[in-house]
Amino acid sequence: MIGFLFKGIVRDRGRSLFPFLTVLIGVFLTVVLFCYMKGATSAVTRTNANFQTGHVKVMTRAYARESDQAPNDAGLTDVTRLLQDLGQRFPAYEWAARIRVGGLLDIPDDKGETRTQGPAFGIAADILTPGSREPGRLGLAKGIKRGRLPARAGEILVSDDFARKLGVGPGDTATLISTTAHGSMAMANFTISGTIRFGAIALDRMGFIIDLADARAALDMDNGAGEILGLFVSGVFDRRASDETARLFNEATGGIDKNDFAPTMVPLAGQSNLGQLLDLWGASQTIIILIFLLPMSLVLWNAGLLGSLRRYGEMGVRLAIGEDKGHVYRTLLAESLMIGMLGSVAGTILGLAVSYYLQAHGFDVTSLMKNASMLMPSVLYAQVTPFSYAIGFFPGLVATSIGTAIAGRGIYKRQTARLFKELET
Amino acid sequence: MNQTDRRYRLVRLLCLALMLDAMAGFLSAQALSADAILDRVDRNAVPGTKIIVSEMIVHGRRDSRTIKLKSWIEGGNQAFTEYLYPPREQGIKMLKLGDRLWTYSPATDRIIAIAGHMLRQSVMGSDLSYEDMMENNKLRERYTARVSGEETIAGRPCWILELTASAADVAYQTRKVWVDRERFAVMREERLAKSGRLLKTLEVKSVERIQGRWVQTHMVFKDALKEGTGTEFKIATAEFDVALPAAIFDKASLKK
Repeated sequence: MIGFLFKGIVRDRGRSLFPFLTVLIGVFLTVVLFCYMKGATSAVTRTNANFQTGHVKVMTRAYARESDQAPNDAGLTDVTRLLQDLGQRFPAYEWAARIRVGGLLDIPDDKGETRTQGPAFGIAADILTPGSREPGRLGLAKGIKRGRLPARAGEILVSDDFARKLGVGPGDTATLISTTAHGSMAMANFTISGTIRFGAIALDRMGFIIDLADARAALDMDNGAGEILGLFVSGVFDRRASDETARLFNEATGGIDKNDFAPTMVPLAGQSNLGQLLDLWGASQTIIILIFLLPMSLVLWNAGLLGSLRRYGEMGVRLAIGEDKGHVYRTLLAESLMIGMLGSVAGTILGLAVSYYLQAHGFDVTSLMKNASMLMPSVLYAQVTPFSYAIGFFPGLVATSIGTAIAGRGIYKRQTARLFKELET
Repeated sequence: MNQTDRRYRLVRLLCLALMLDAMAGFLSAQALSADAILDRVDRNAVPGTKIIVSEMIVHGRRDSRTIKLKSWIEGGNQAFTEYLYPPREQGIKMLKLGDRLWTYSPATDRIIAIAGHMLRQSVMGSDLSYEDMMENNKLRERYTARVSGEETIAGRPCWILELTASAADVAYQTRKVWVDRERFAVMREERLAKSGRLLKTLEVKSVERIQGRWVQTHMVFKDALKEGTGTEFKIATAEFDVALPAAIFDKASLKK
């Protein structure tokens, strides 16, 4: 029976080509969009976790209220003890003290006066201690464009775009002008060891990296930090676990210390609207399937109606010679399922091919994400997962079935008594 | 005279007294125009030259810090300031020449031009911005004034002057200034944005007569957009119309 129906589909392209193409396009778009959103979610989570939010982040309560402005005057103190405590209580995480530094990078001329300057935003991390995982986390080695990584105190890595805008390169001096933890003006000279491409829009525009110890000296933050990032040792973000860790930490500290400068922990999902984004993208599979399921069903319903009209005579003959209405209806459904299967296979193959290409080459979103509140990677890559092979089959098969099921209702409305009259004419 | 008549006479006297008081205020304000009051304020506050040693007490989120500085000032447009204390800030110098501002830090041996958005940054964590420091002290040259009322501040009768910017390069579009009617010293001030939003306030705690001028020796500046209790500014010593060191208003003096 299946072989008979399959021959019919292949030989009579008039009945199968349009539905096949519709399913192919729908499934193709479903697969590509799913893979791209999967890749984008992973990239945004990874970039934000490594550069800004951690999987959880410890700050003072006062700092957390204004964390967008990185208010170092409300930063953490006695950080060594806090790091030890966190390491003992939450061994599933690696803990790293960071200071976010806002201010100006000022470039001197031959006389030591301002030649040019620009607003800058930097990250101070432990990049000089041997064995520190911070350089890897920040992707420093692979991002170097000119020069080298900082090897000693007083060296700075500047974003390549920013360095070119300021007209500086490796070996040049840059003066960081910022604000100390007490609100005074902070000025510190650095030697540019190299320039870097971070792969994150905001940082590539005006970013720099300095060692944590240099920042502490410049900003008068002895054994202090703006924030402590906690990242899962496995490197894989687990939203439920990070939410639970933050809850446990805050329950413990909240009961003891009501001080505005007591530490508080915020999970990744609670920062920079990332929670909403993760919720939205987490629901993306359902959203994508629904988006394509509905219009595809409508198109295929319409195609089914047109097909029924074209095959009006055929249906009439089949009913006239005694074929059961239900059987005719079921063969139509079987036909559509086969078309759906063929279209889904072809659409999935095509979609995966494009997704694999986007997984390797990515899509530059710099111009689209200029005002994003979170740290956005400048290039978003697709991510092909085992589920990517299956997702297209849901809309592909269901839409064709729904379309045909609705269109085929006409069979039941045919009255056997009128069939012979119709056949006579 | 019955009780009703006495009450009627008392009310009439009271009304007369109130009218006379209102007329007196009106006449005194009329006698001295708003611009003339502003002139007198400038004449009192802006001498030819002055050397001031002051103390800035910055009340931060966690603690309070005292910063000592010495300033050499000529007119409303030239000023040189050196930080004397605490040790971390000691030796930092600032030079204001007209609408330009430079700072020198001995730690970096760099002279940095303060410009652009940095002018809005706080000076040493205080409630004052570099823009505040940049302003020409002569209000009359930048604002037109009108007297909007009278009020007593710290026991001193004051005019309330509403100032509207007449120059384009001012940090505050409007100001409300309480001026001591006798001493022509500003006793309170509110600085507002174009939108009418309150940005800064100044409260004068004490005024002393030094070399024939009324000087606000203890003031509290408050950035209305910041949390906290404001920044206290105390003048330890003040000398007016003195000869200033030659070439002090030169960029080269920053590194000396």
